[in-house]
Amino acid sequence: MLRRLLFILPLLIFAAAAAFFMWGLDPERDPGEIPSVLIDKPVPEFSLPPIRGSEPGESTSTGLSNADLSGEGITLVNVFASWCMPCRAEHSILTDLRREEDIRLVGINYKDEPDDALAWLDELGNPYDAIGADMEGDAGLEWGISGVPETFFVDNEGIIRYRHVGPIHETEIDDLILPILEELR
Amino acid sequence: MIPELGHFALVLALVLAAVQGSIPFVGALRGDSRWMDVARPAAVGQLGAIALAFAALTHAYVVSDFTLANVVENSHSAKPMLYKVTGVWGNHEGSMLLWVLMLALCGAGVAVFGRNLPATLKARVLSVQAWIALGFLSFSLLTSNPFERVANPPLDGNDLNPLLQDPGLAFHPPLLYLGYVGFSVAFSFAVAALLEGRVDAAWARWVRPWTLAAWCSLTGGIALGSWWAYYELGWGGWWFWDPVENVSFMPWLLGTALLHSAIVVEKRDTLKAWTILLAILTFSLSLMGTFIVRSGLLTSVHAFAVDPERGSYILGLMGIATGGSLALFAWRAPVLKAGGLFAPVSREGGLLLNNLLLATATATVLIGTLYPLFLEALTGGRVSIGPPFYNYTFVPLMLPLVGAMGIGPFLAWKRADLAGVLGRLRMAALLAVVVALATWYLQNGGPVLAVLAMGFAVWLLAATLIEWAERVRLFRIPLADSWRRARGLPRSAYGMSLAHAGLAVCIIGMIGSSAWKEELVEAVQPGDSLQIAGFTLTLQDVETRPGPNYRSTTGVFEVTRDGRTLGMLEPERRYYPVAGRSTTEAAIRTNGLGDLYATINEPPEEGQDWTARIYYEPLVPWIWVGSAMMMFGGILSLADRRLRVGAPRRAARQGAQPPAAAE
Amino acid sequence: MRRVLLFALFCLVLPGAALAVQPDEKLDDPALESRARELSSEIRCVVCQHESIETSNAGIARDIRILIRERLAEGQDEDQIREYLVSRYGDYILFQPPMKPATWLLWFGPGFVFLIGLTAVIAYLMKRRSGQTAEQLSDDEQRRLKQLVEEDTRP
Repeated sequence: MLRRLLFILPLLIFAAAAAFFMWGLDPERDPGEIPSVLIDKPVPEFSLPPIRGSEPGESTSTGLSNADLSGEGITLVNVFASWCMPCRAEHSILTDLRREEDIRLVGINYKDEPDDALAWLDELGNPYDAIGADMEGDAGLEWGISGVPETFFVDNEGIIRYRHVGPIHETEIDDLILPILEELR
Repeated sequence: MIPELGHFALVLALVLAAVQGSIPFVGALRGDSRWMDVARPAAVGQLGAIALAFAALTHAYVVSDFTLANVVENSHSAKPMLYKVTGVWGNHEGSMLLWVLMLALCGAGVAVFGRNLPATLKARVLSVQAWIALGFLSFSLLTSNPFERVANPPLDGNDLNPLLQDPGLAFHPPLLYLGYVGFSVAFSFAVAALLEGRVDAAWARWVRPWTLAAWCSLTGGIALGSWWAYYELGWGGWWFWDPVENVSFMPWLLGTALLHSAIVVEKRDTLKAWTILLAILTFSLSLMGTFIVRSGLLTSVHAFAVDPERGSYILGLMGIATGGSLALFAWRAPVLKAGGLFAPVSREGGLLLNNLLLATATATVLIGTLYPLFLEALTGGRVSIGPPFYNYTFVPLMLPLVGAMGIGPFLAWKRADLAGVLGRLRMAALLAVVVALATWYLQNGGPVLAVLAMGFAVWLLAATLIEWAERVRLFRIPLADSWRRARGLPRSAYGMSLAHAGLAVCIIGMIGSSAWKEELVEAVQPGDSLQIAGFTLTLQDVETRPGPNYRSTTGVFEVTRDGRTLGMLEPERRYYPVAGRSTTEAAIRTNGLGDLYATINEPPEEGQDWTARIYYEPLVPWIWVGSAMMMFGGILSLADRRLRVGAPRRAARQGAQPPAAAE
Repeated sequence: MRRVLLFALFCLVLPGAALAVQPDEKLDDPALESRARELSSEIRCVVCQHESIETSNAGIARDIRILIRERLAEGQDEDQIREYLVSRYGDYILFQPPMKPATWLLWFGPGFVFLIGLTAVIAYLMKRRSGQTAEQLSDDEQRRLKQLVEEDTRP
């Protein structure tokens, strides 16, 4: 009997492996995705200066730190840069989201030339309530980003609840983004 | 017109495969020799049809026929002719065509050389071979048709990925595929044997040369791939334990086990079920390799055009081939009777240990490759499994293997005298210890594992030489007699010695380049000098040179040692405007004991310094010298009269057996 | 999937991209620099996922290389730095997976396979030794066996 089982063992192992392969073929799955380990954790400590050369009173001159992210309702922290092409595509979608939903939108201007960043915001409009300039990318590491753009959803308690890697597409608003916001409220 | 002809030929090949897979199979069941005889012309015809299709695609590449989508995506009119031809298999569709071509080549090989095979076995083997061909031909035609036209042909193509425009990588895939696909013959023989319900020495005698041929190709393919990575990727590494490398390595490891266990089946008529299982699993791992590379299941450096739909198709094929054959194994293998007896310390015992270690090593690589997928599926967590894991798990398995390899060839069949053998190997042990200690001393300690591995490699090398010396009774009888004996030794004996010594040489190269590599990264201007491992490199100039479809920025380094000029090193950075990509072309200077390796990079901004990266890699050429020795050892063995495919003396007796015995 | 390809493009082929460690990143202290190299080669790049940060061209990889050097210069040890990186990027970032329940099967799997195999081999040898199978050989098989053995002993 044991001998018989030994002969069936290879088939069983293969069947198990094949099941995993089948699971892995799901087109929705992105094998390169690295889920953030910061989900359900408080926002990391960081403190960023304003964009150099920005006009006082504008949201570009506020700077940004972790203290700004709790007790302020739902906040979307968007990592962006003027050199990042997908950010340009995402900009109008974020602007609409900011206008139509009851959220705050703050930006981390990642490794950008201050002049370029200001010109970019001048050209496209500035939907951000506050912006910090991360010239060296230190805050980027604290947040564990792997590229630009990325958007973190932070709840009222300052806990990170969701991370969106890459630009938010228009098609994702109804199916993905709004339900998440709903859940955070 | 020609592409349509190629497409038609591919369809014809599919039809022929269907014929070859069914009629001879039924013939074998009914014992009808006329039906069984259909296999041979079908297999040869299939090869002809696929060769025609392949020629048609090659023609399209050579004349730059940009009405074909495949040519548009992977070629350019200005590309050098060599890469136009090799570009045929530098993409998914074309490489699948190459794959089925190799498969048909193996099938036709069995059909033509297998005249002396028992008729039913031959018919069944060729049927199974045709089933595999059927799967992959339909895959090619349905999901990856290389002959697809474009509606609006562009004026020129998108060019081939410049990284692939390289002689090393141009010939890496054909060798690798021949290896992968070559194992299909062992697989077909295994399935046919299970269907027949018998495995004997003649069966093993048939499987061995095919396995050996596949193994040689795979050895060459893997070595060429790692050589390419070494000189092309620009940081002097040659093995990264990347999933795509691993999936080519696993069939090699298990194929090596199969090669050795088949000897036991042939000589001693035992370990049959295990050998059958190895034959099935080796080819299954090749299939899994194809699956993983083309489905995008795991992230890898070697990005192919990934497509989950194609992945599903190959997974389906794998389910049928592997699942089906393993089910057949579970059902039929227990019937196989075990043969000859042997003591634990014997040649058989040694080969069993070889199999245990190689199978465990394969399992280790398999676990390491697939674990991230398992973990992701079960917990959503992500892990990375890189070189440190394999250093802790794989390397410790290799050390006892290498140790045992020194002893194995001395062991007698059935029962051996271990103490006696060890006594004869005193000198080898002494030499190994001396070299290990010398290494320890010269490198001021250095990684313990490297020192240890060095001792083991020297042990294997010395033991292999002693084995040969004992066979020819060197210095015990007059040299002339030894010479006569040396000439009389069978080629397979030389093949084994060469392959075993090759592994030792290969290991020494691996240790040298990973444990004692020196590295410099410096900002340089023309006129600057750098010192590494006793060499002085002076950057004389940085020139811009035109190439056929790229322009190159070349750093001209003069290499001197103790004031004497040894030569120039001219690393390049090539920019391919059509593809919009750059490649690094390292300059390498070797003296056989180590490589001086240089790359150069553009300044981050105009007017700043160049970045020079210089490595000294001790012993690294030995890796490929050793690999070549292994490959030629295999080829030498293959050329042995006793092993030659269809050796008539042996087969005549086989054919004389009553046909009833085969059923 | 598209994203994977984009990564691959970015990592392998960005024209004029700086490659791997840059001279300006290096520490003056060679001992510290070699520790930094050692550690970098065990840290996986989160952009060019097949590479270590040591060889990666990505900006993030460079940032992490610099971070490692800064922290080593401050006197932190390798474990502290690893711990920090894992707290930001997860176990993914280490090429050597940590030992914990989720990876037991990974770390002990090979040894387990070996022990199972060894047990099977020993059981097989014991059975062979007890000579059970010898009785099972038919006359025909015995004859063939003899034939084969003779053949082996021929030069």
